[in-house]
Amino acid sequence: MGKIRRLWTRCRTTIGGHGSDQDFADELESILQMHTDDNLRAGMTPEEARRQALIRLGGVEQVRQAVRDRRGLPPLEGLGRDLRYAARILLRTPGFTVVAILVMAIGIGASVSLFTVIHSVLLSPLPFPHQDRLVAIYSQDDLSKPDSGNIVAPGDFYDWQNVSHGYEQMAIWRWTGFNMSASDGQLPEFLNAGTCSWNLFSALEISPALGRSFTPADDNAGAARTVMLSWRFFERRFNHNPALLGNTVRLNGQLYTVIGVLPDWFRYPNPKIQLWVPWQVEIPRETQRSHYDHIGYVLGRLRAGVNATAAIQELSAVQHQIYLRFNGTGPVEQGAIARALLEDIVGEVKRPLYVLLAAVVCLLFIACLNLSNLLVARSAARRREMAIRTALGSSRLSLVRQQLTESLLICLSGATVGLLFATAGTRWLTTHWEELPRAYGVHLDSMALAFALGITLLAGVLAGLLPAFSASGGAVLSALQENSRGIGGSASRTSLRKALLTGEVALTVVLLVAAGLLFRSFLRLRGVNLGCTTKNVLTMNYFLRGDKYSKPEQIVNFDTQLLEKVRHLPGVQAAGLTNVVPGDGYYGDHEFWIPEHPAQPPEEHHFAAYRTADPDYFSALKILLIRGRFFSENERLGHDKYVIVNQELVHQFFPAEDPIGKHLRVEWRTPQGENYEIIGVLGNTSYQIGRPARPMMWFPILAGIPGNSADSVLVVRSAKDVMSLATPIQKVIASLDPDLPVKNILTMEQIVGESTTNSSFTATLVLSFAGLSLLLAAVGLYGVLSYLVTQRTPEIGIRMALGAERERVLSLMLLDGMRPALVGLALGMATSVAITRLIRSVLYGTSPLDATVFVSVIVTLLLSSTAACLVPAWRASRIDPMHALRSE
Amino acid sequence: MADKSEIWLGTLSLMVLQTLATMGPQHGYGLAKRIEQISGDRLSLNYGTLYPALLKLEQEGAITSEWGVSDNNRRAKFYKLTRAGRKHLERQTREWQETTAIVDRFFSPSEEG
Repeated sequence: MGKIRRLWTRCRTTIGGHGSDQDFADELESILQMHTDDNLRAGMTPEEARRQALIRLGGVEQVRQAVRDRRGLPPLEGLGRDLRYAARILLRTPGFTVVAILVMAIGIGASVSLFTVIHSVLLSPLPFPHQDRLVAIYSQDDLSKPDSGNIVAPGDFYDWQNVSHGYEQMAIWRWTGFNMSASDGQLPEFLNAGTCSWNLFSALEISPALGRSFTPADDNAGAARTVMLSWRFFERRFNHNPALLGNTVRLNGQLYTVIGVLPDWFRYPNPKIQLWVPWQVEIPRETQRSHYDHIGYVLGRLRAGVNATAAIQELSAVQHQIYLRFNGTGPVEQGAIARALLEDIVGEVKRPLYVLLAAVVCLLFIACLNLSNLLVARSAARRREMAIRTALGSSRLSLVRQQLTESLLICLSGATVGLLFATAGTRWLTTHWEELPRAYGVHLDSMALAFALGITLLAGVLAGLLPAFSASGGAVLSALQENSRGIGGSASRTSLRKALLTGEVALTVVLLVAAGLLFRSFLRLRGVNLGCTTKNVLTMNYFLRGDKYSKPEQIVNFDTQLLEKVRHLPGVQAAGLTNVVPGDGYYGDHEFWIPEHPAQPPEEHHFAAYRTADPDYFSALKILLIRGRFFSENERLGHDKYVIVNQELVHQFFPAEDPIGKHLRVEWRTPQGENYEIIGVLGNTSYQIGRPARPMMWFPILAGIPGNSADSVLVVRSAKDVMSLATPIQKVIASLDPDLPVKNILTMEQIVGESTTNSSFTATLVLSFAGLSLLLAAVGLYGVLSYLVTQRTPEIGIRMALGAERERVLSLMLLDGMRPALVGLALGMATSVAITRLIRSVLYGTSPLDATVFVSVIVTLLLSSTAACLVPAWRASRIDPMHALRSE
Repeated sequence: MADKSEIWLGTLSLMVLQTLATMGPQHGYGLAKRIEQISGDRLSLNYGTLYPALLKLEQEGAITSEWGVSDNNRRAKFYKLTRAGRKHLERQTREWQETTAIVDRFFSPSEEG
């Protein structure tokens, strides 16, 4: 109790200042007086009385010091003094201070920003109760291949649900979409939606913000149509009017009763989902029992205390039984695999994020080295000051503390600015990186602040320790004598700076190499030939659903009219229809058989991705025709038993024969399947950038089969500036059906761009970090060499006076400055060779040892370090010997 | 922490408290003289040692100080025991007596013999 109180008083005294020094002096004086009085009374002379009193007092200064040490808290006061002193010194050299603070701000800002993203995306748990028991379950194509996971067939799902014991709940969902017609002055719109088994929300253990969740009765083929809305949709479209509950909304022309609204924070599995409808209402009855149609994402909640591995092993065994029961008569999966839900959501961005973090840490480290370097330079200049302070009795510790305070002060100011950078950077990252999952939950929180404080202190100590020890060590005398004829005065200090620089250059090289590789891989991706043109092509989606489009004639009628009108718009060169354009994803596949070939063994299944097209689609996108012909106007409605295939399909299944005139049997129109005559072979188009070609087949979109022909992408090619056609085309669509929403108005270039965002992001960011560190390293080189030149001015003067030529001086200094750069380059290259394979998995078509990248890094580094060294070296060669010698 | 000076400081504090308790408010000089007197002049205090003890006690809240006028009409700072100080003294005295009693048993001639 007393101790705490005493500490408190001492703290207060420290902060309150030295107001009571006077009080103490008064008291001493009064004691002295009283003692002197007594001595006088005892008969001493006045002088003797005072002298004796002083002796008994025992050294006024010592007492004063002892009291001072006890009254306040000397360490705290020391800190305050150090801080004041450091601030004063930093303010005296504003240029240096601003540069140093900015450097640290960039390093700290970038690190904090990345940490924030990683912390909230990868590390923070999902916002569901007991989220560690949530898993994503996939079926497994081939038990021998662990990564052959596939989405799940509903038939498999229901079997799992019935027999497995490890899961408390198991839910299935898939993407779907609805057209919402114009109403109450709102435009028609297409809504991304999910359809899920009734228990999805109870499996996640969340309850709706308003109304109720689905019940088993809602999730039934014959049940009344019900819908749950996302909070944001409810807010946006219905102005959160609670009266909506129990009322109906019209989706795809059907009435759905709104039974509940999900909480605002609920964004699983994707914030784009606006509403949910029950699974069995949405999915056709025959698909629900299918073990062949792999369409659903399955989410499971493990029973408490159940081992995740045991649970999935049981499930896999169940699936294997199904596989054996079907005995290869259809594409049934062999097993099941599971992964933690969080991993499932963020797995894709894990590696890019960690690559970025590594780059950022490199950058921070370089910033520390740079600051350290600058401080060493300054401590060299302040060597005499330090020596004098040592001579006057300053302890080494207090000198080190003083230096550390300075670097910490710089780092703390840097961190303050850096936090501003981090706020802006994080916001930029989350708004521009569209594929970043959980981006909505990313913000600077207390964890990020704690992290910022941590790395700031670490950086401050790292950057300050080396210069502190280098400055405070060594002989006082030599430092005081130095400078008299200082030639190469502080050689050790210079070599320390060079060592720091070498490290800095080496790290920069590693960053440059990584950036180069990522960038090259990104260029490769961008340069991939999709198999079609991407120039001046506009695409937009629409979905023909509901009563208005329940008959083939209605669909074909709409499509034909639309194409006719669009082709007549000024500026349109070609227009066509498909279900999905190259580069926009796999979409889906169908099994096929070749009637002309001998029957294949029952366990063998062939799949091809399916596409639809009208006669002009291929020429609109300039897709290469290799053999045969495109569709014609005749292939429409019932007259549709024709198919066009790609080269990859021919290559795999007709390696030595002419496919034209042969047939594919596909369950396209009916579950029994029909034969389609192959009429053309196309060049390969990639379904997604960076993925190998897969067999593909096109059916006539003008067959007008509801469902199969209803998902349409209108593709329009123009001679120039195709975006300006967007509005006229939308007007055409509105004139044909004012209730039909249009979605995803994108150019082909945007589609390609979207599919390469991950890689373009990583590449651009790492490249900018590398650029920054190159700049820092160059500044470092420049600084060290300039300092060296100043140091060696007298020496150079003597050399010149003795007849050295300017060119020789220039090359001498240049070499001196380049040595750390060269050593750093070699070190960095060696490190890069060793570690670039770590980023192999994020590279596309680029070897981790790509020669072009390595060579360009070497050239870049040599050029920039030469440039950095040239200025001081040139200045050295311009030294006037007379002036140099006289300036001593 | 408990180096020799701290221990001495502790003992001295106890003497100061006890002196203040018996004599009432007192200034530093008076305290020093009184302590010397009680010790039968076996202790010779200079104020340099007394002062830190006073400061510590004041910081702990055991005593308070106030400027006043001495018997000889000199301005002097008077120290006064607080309630907390009195309690502290009682506790310390008890502990001291116990300690000395125990230590005494070690040094007194053995009783069982």
